[in-house]
Amino acid sequence: MTTEQKLEYPVLTSDYFAVFGLPRKLSIDVAALEKQFYKLSRKLHPDLNAQAGPEAQAEILAQSSQLNDAYRVLKNPVTRVEYLLEITGFRINENNADKKTDAPRVPADLLEEVFELNMQLEEMRANNKMGEDDPQLRADLERARTQFTDQLAAVDHDLEQTGKAWDSALDQADDVGKKAIAKDLAALLDRRGYLRNLVRDVNETLEKP
Amino acid sequence: MFEEKQAAAGQSTAPGKVVGIDLGTTNSLVAFMQGDTPVVIPGDDGSNLVPSVVAVPVAQAGKAVRDTIVVGHAARTSLLSFPERAIYSVKRLMGRGVEDVTEELKLFPFKLAADIQPGEVLRILLGGTEYTPPEISAHILRQLKRNAERYFGSPVTQAVITVPAYFNDAQRQATKDAGRMAGLEVLRLVNEPTAAALAYGLDRKKEGIVAVYDLGGGTFDISILKLHDGIFEVIATNGDTHLGGDDIDNLLIVVAIEDIKGDDGIDLRIAAGAHAETIQALRKAVIDAKIQLSSAESAAIDIALPGGKRYQRTITREQYEQLIAPVIARTVEPCKSALRDAGIKPEQIDEVVMVGGSTRIPKVRALVDELFALTPRGKHPHIELNPDEVVALGAAVQANILGGGSAATEDMLLLDVTPLSLGIEALGGVVAKIIQRNSTIPASATEHFTTGVDGQTNVAIHVLQGERELAKDCRSLARFDLKGIPPMTAGLPRIEVKFLIDANGLLHVSATEQRSGKAAEIEVKPTYGLTDEQVESMILESFDFAEQDFAERQLIEAKNDANTILDAVAKAHDHAAWQQLTASERDAIAQAQRHLASILEGGDLDAIRAGTASLDKATTRFAEIMMDSAVTSAIGGQTMNEASESLGQAPNAPHPFAPADFK
Repeated sequence: MTTEQKLEYPVLTSDYFAVFGLPRKLSIDVAALEKQFYKLSRKLHPDLNAQAGPEAQAEILAQSSQLNDAYRVLKNPVTRVEYLLEITGFRINENNADKKTDAPRVPADLLEEVFELNMQLEEMRANNKMGEDDPQLRADLERARTQFTDQLAAVDHDLEQTGKAWDSALDQADDVGKKAIAKDLAALLDRRGYLRNLVRDVNETLEKP
Repeated sequence: MFEEKQAAAGQSTAPGKVVGIDLGTTNSLVAFMQGDTPVVIPGDDGSNLVPSVVAVPVAQAGKAVRDTIVVGHAARTSLLSFPERAIYSVKRLMGRGVEDVTEELKLFPFKLAADIQPGEVLRILLGGTEYTPPEISAHILRQLKRNAERYFGSPVTQAVITVPAYFNDAQRQATKDAGRMAGLEVLRLVNEPTAAALAYGLDRKKEGIVAVYDLGGGTFDISILKLHDGIFEVIATNGDTHLGGDDIDNLLIVVAIEDIKGDDGIDLRIAAGAHAETIQALRKAVIDAKIQLSSAESAAIDIALPGGKRYQRTITREQYEQLIAPVIARTVEPCKSALRDAGIKPEQIDEVVMVGGSTRIPKVRALVDELFALTPRGKHPHIELNPDEVVALGAAVQANILGGGSAATEDMLLLDVTPLSLGIEALGGVVAKIIQRNSTIPASATEHFTTGVDGQTNVAIHVLQGERELAKDCRSLARFDLKGIPPMTAGLPRIEVKFLIDANGLLHVSATEQRSGKAAEIEVKPTYGLTDEQVESMILESFDFAEQDFAERQLIEAKNDANTILDAVAKAHDHAAWQQLTASERDAIAQAQRHLASILEGGDLDAIRAGTASLDKATTRFAEIMMDSAVTSAIGGQTMNEASESLGQAPNAPHPFAPADFK
């Protein structure tokens, strides 16, 4: 690409949906998104503009990093919801710098099961440390793993369905409906975060030699 | 040779060629795109590989004012006689602190400066002078630069340099600094496995998922890529920047040292005494054995020990494979992690590309075959391209893309990732991840900071790289001090900090105080890097020499060329073809010959080149007559320089065969 050739940059915007010319909807055709990402990359990637002047290169760097950030966030259905709630102001972005380490709250319906699971995990960790193995305990934990993994999949399904509800509320400019849906989405994200941590803990404990 | 000359002459008209450099742990190479094909540029000894060894030979009496530095084969030879005056595998020290390398330095003969504090850039003692690892690497890069300049006949100022995919920011920055010191503008740092994929992707328009398994001299990388329509999208990468052939060598050395201590009562350990030469002889012997064991069933080790005894052993393939099994097994976990991150099962990998000299080991190939279930699927790992050269070839492809591209690279685009998560230290020493590993680069993240005390004007940010939860377990990259914040009530300033990882995998940080809209001043303290000023001072030194070196070298080469043709002409009189020349042709040759001889010692580069060219031209017809008519028609237009080969004396060809490896 020669330096004289004028590039048409998409306007640098703070909205990842706009980077791809998409409305703020949660149902996204990921294959089409990928195609568009490749197309824009061919225009914006620094490698293809290495002979441009320093100012143009700085601009290219800003554009292409935003393109990559946008693609990364939007291709994943969970980060997509997180991002949407953040830019629409329905969920406050916890700033990483001030983030405390305390875990998300336990969803009320899981309280009992989680309490038992934590006991079992403690026991398993103690066994691991001593080099002992309790087949019954292992089987219980395997069962818990399956159960929570299933619940995680259920949350993902709910997220998708609620996302569709959001999209139609958006189409109908139903602001009251949107607010209620956003609340549901935020609750689902919390539940998902909690379940994901549980599954991770069980996996780690079970897979330790 | 004929073709190379043509190419070299053709390329010299295109200044500003971007070269691709593989700055390896064991060997380094420089390559460029010749038409549609990447080719490696040989050194003046004819070898494609420049051993990554830098030595300061003992100064000759009354000669050296400054240390003469030799690089490559010459340096490797002196490693055997003066181990304390040579440095190898310096890549392992790039961007590292003294606390990282203490363990492994036990087996390397390097001496570090005594006063290095943890967190400082290393300084290595060599021939009475201290050098930082980037300075040592810069010498290797300058040798490659010279090789390329010699080949093109014109200066080379821009390069793409490859780095292990798993290199962190400090290691990358150190590599870039080395390039700057060598007088090279580093257009891009490219990840080695990705470069290899580019080299393989050039002649095969493949689609699908490819894994690149790169086990080199000192580093291991695994990268998983998605190939689609010319786009090479890395989806996950993992590795170990301290795992490679060196570790196998060191293991074999340790086994031998123990053996020698037990049998002969001699303790060769460096700490125990000055047996550096024996250690180097042993190192060479085990490397030779290692190479043999990739094809032979056994290999012999035979070295002289201090005190006149010999250490003689035969090692079988079976023993060897048992010994190295734990080393190569260390590549398994990174492969599994990369697959996990990519969300891909081994059976979904369509192709596996093997890169790095250590992938010649049959046991390594077997491990890869098993890991990716290749044989059951009727597949084999790709070993078509020379595993020592494939990274340099890929770097040349990327250099071509950055230089504006060509028909061969038109639709190619590389989308690489950052290998490690970027984080900032939050309350309680916990790391808050702001850019996850395997994010496509360039990538960015924005964070907001505020003050905790009324009137506070500074905020410190500690940036780290790594996957662990606590700051102390991650790699500290730098401490940023945001200064000049307008004094306000605590919590009121809103400082927006933008973290950006560029296409080289290097971090950039900028900040603005949003209430005043002022760009905040940032003071950076790199944890393991050189400051800009330090790099600057090292550049100035090397630039002076680089200019001087290039001019000297060009003159020496021009004189060599002139002497070659003068020698050939002197012999021509005895050749039957001479009789067929007309008197005026002979006269013209004699005149050109006298002229060239008279100016040869004058040191005027252009005059010598012109004189050589006119003598070459004057002898064109002689060369034609001299050749057999059949050959003449085949080669046509050949001149003295080429034809002199058939006079029974090889010309001072630019790229003769590589010398045999030192024995």
